[in-house]
Amino acid sequence: MNHLNQRKVTNIIALSLASLCAAIGLALLFIILFDVLKNGLGSINWRLFTEDPAPPTIAGAGGLRSAFLGQGLLTLAAAVIGVPLGILGGTFLSEYGRHHKISRVISMLSDIAVSIPSIVIGTFVYAVLVKPFGSYNGWAGAAALAIIILPIIIRTTEDMMNMVPWALREAAFALGAPYCRVIWNVVYRSASAGIFTGVLLAIARIAGETAPLLFTSFNSNFFQLNMSAPVPSLTVSIYQYAASPYQNWVGMAWAAAFVVTCFVLLMNIIGRLTIKLKVKG
Amino acid sequence: MKTSKLPNVIFKLLTFGAAICVIVLIVGMLLTLLLESWPALRRFGFFDFLFGRNWNYANQIFGALRPLTGTIISTGLALVMAVPVALGTAVFLVELCPHKLRSGIGTAIELLAAIPSIIYGMWGLFVLAPMLEENFQPLIVGTLGKLPLMGPFFQSHYAGGVNLFTAAVILAIMIIPFIAGIARDAFNQVPPILKESSYGVGATHWETIAQVILPYTKTAVAGGVIIAMGRALGETMAVAYVIGNRHGGLDSIFSPYVTITSVMANEFNEAAGLQMSSLFTLALVLLIANFMVLSLAKYVLRSKFN
Repeated sequence: MNHLNQRKVTNIIALSLASLCAAIGLALLFIILFDVLKNGLGSINWRLFTEDPAPPTIAGAGGLRSAFLGQGLLTLAAAVIGVPLGILGGTFLSEYGRHHKISRVISMLSDIAVSIPSIVIGTFVYAVLVKPFGSYNGWAGAAALAIIILPIIIRTTEDMMNMVPWALREAAFALGAPYCRVIWNVVYRSASAGIFTGVLLAIARIAGETAPLLFTSFNSNFFQLNMSAPVPSLTVSIYQYAASPYQNWVGMAWAAAFVVTCFVLLMNIIGRLTIKLKVKG
Repeated sequence: MKTSKLPNVIFKLLTFGAAICVIVLIVGMLLTLLLESWPALRRFGFFDFLFGRNWNYANQIFGALRPLTGTIISTGLALVMAVPVALGTAVFLVELCPHKLRSGIGTAIELLAAIPSIIYGMWGLFVLAPMLEENFQPLIVGTLGKLPLMGPFFQSHYAGGVNLFTAAVILAIMIIPFIAGIARDAFNQVPPILKESSYGVGATHWETIAQVILPYTKTAVAGGVIIAMGRALGETMAVAYVIGNRHGGLDSIFSPYVTITSVMANEFNEAAGLQMSSLFTLALVLLIANFMVLSLAKYVLRSKFN
């Protein structure tokens, strides 16, 4: 009986510890969200979206309008390059090349490429697209972000297209459709919700990236959206403002951090809902 | 028949070209980094660079030992702190959590893994660093710091809370949701009949978890931990904020230090010549380390399915 009691006590202690771990983990993570919310909402105002950066010594002036637009432009350009390439690449892996050995190699390399540190991608793009041209430029930033999303989208597309039942494709083949029409009209359609979610999650991932932009598009204090010159970006501005000794800059960094966090979480939630609704409906 | 074949061939070539991009990019990345690192590698030699203690602009001597040590210690400490908490969280989610809360808490944890690292970094700098310095550091300095031999390693020489330990804590917080998510998915895969058999022979809830669920899922969990390690190795922004970037001897875990990524983030924009080449070599080392870690994870995970 003593042994049984001992086992029961161990059981209670161990399960309490597990619950405690969950409580610690969740508490920490909610504290972060709460602090971003508190500090962000405390400093947010319209000037953040309507004015361009100003010197920190002028109190009550300056915003990050140019950085918002620049970040949007970089993300958009990266998506325009990376999304079609990724979907096409994923198509090869799951359709034309599914029996070739090279597809398994590419698939495995993509899995590894997803985890390549983004700062390493930044240094690579610096060597290829910044150094030869002698100046930080927006295209380099967009290229770095595109390289980050390419393997993510390739892998999601491949997985999503693999989930489409073969009977569907065979039905279309039986009607005499060539493979490319089968892919466009049948496979893409069936996998669209999954691919869409993958694209949203990939965009959410690069919308908050800082390290690859540091050495590529860098930052600019001016309102300028010329992609051949340094393009202002929100995340690099956060990095520089938060490390500055000026209170109003630090406040703006918190406000910008709040906006970035909201955007990333929103994209993630929309992506999740899309796939959930599709599975249910 | 010919008219319908041509578009198919073109489309096939397009998709092939896009897929090949991955190989081209990875090979291109390795070659470019190798080329850019060449001046530093030729000047110092690979192993002398890797184990060189100095990072000195004035004398133009650069070695990776300290950034490498910083990266390894911060990642190791982060794993030691994160793995138990993450596994506890996963056990709670799968075995203890009321059904109504399960998907809510699960989604919250997944969302927290999506928060950009710069946000963690800012929070680490403004909230975590002062908090640790005020509340946690004196506790450790007063206990472990008094030990013989190991003692100095737990003493505080610098104020500000910006140090190697804070960097490890922020890394741990960042990888907790990641490991917890993978472990939860693995725990959910355990066939109910295994658990029922365990209860059937009279095992307690904890005995079932420790002796049935954990052994059944250990490869998946190990794979997840290794992938998380890869993430921690290459994490930049969060670490760059709180590590302090001090090129000096490591005298205590409460001293500012450097990691591979923090050196790159802080010095790349102003570097030139041999220093630039050395930074590229750091990037190359990080890329290769990451490749090895991820390949290991793939190998561990694959051996489970064969």
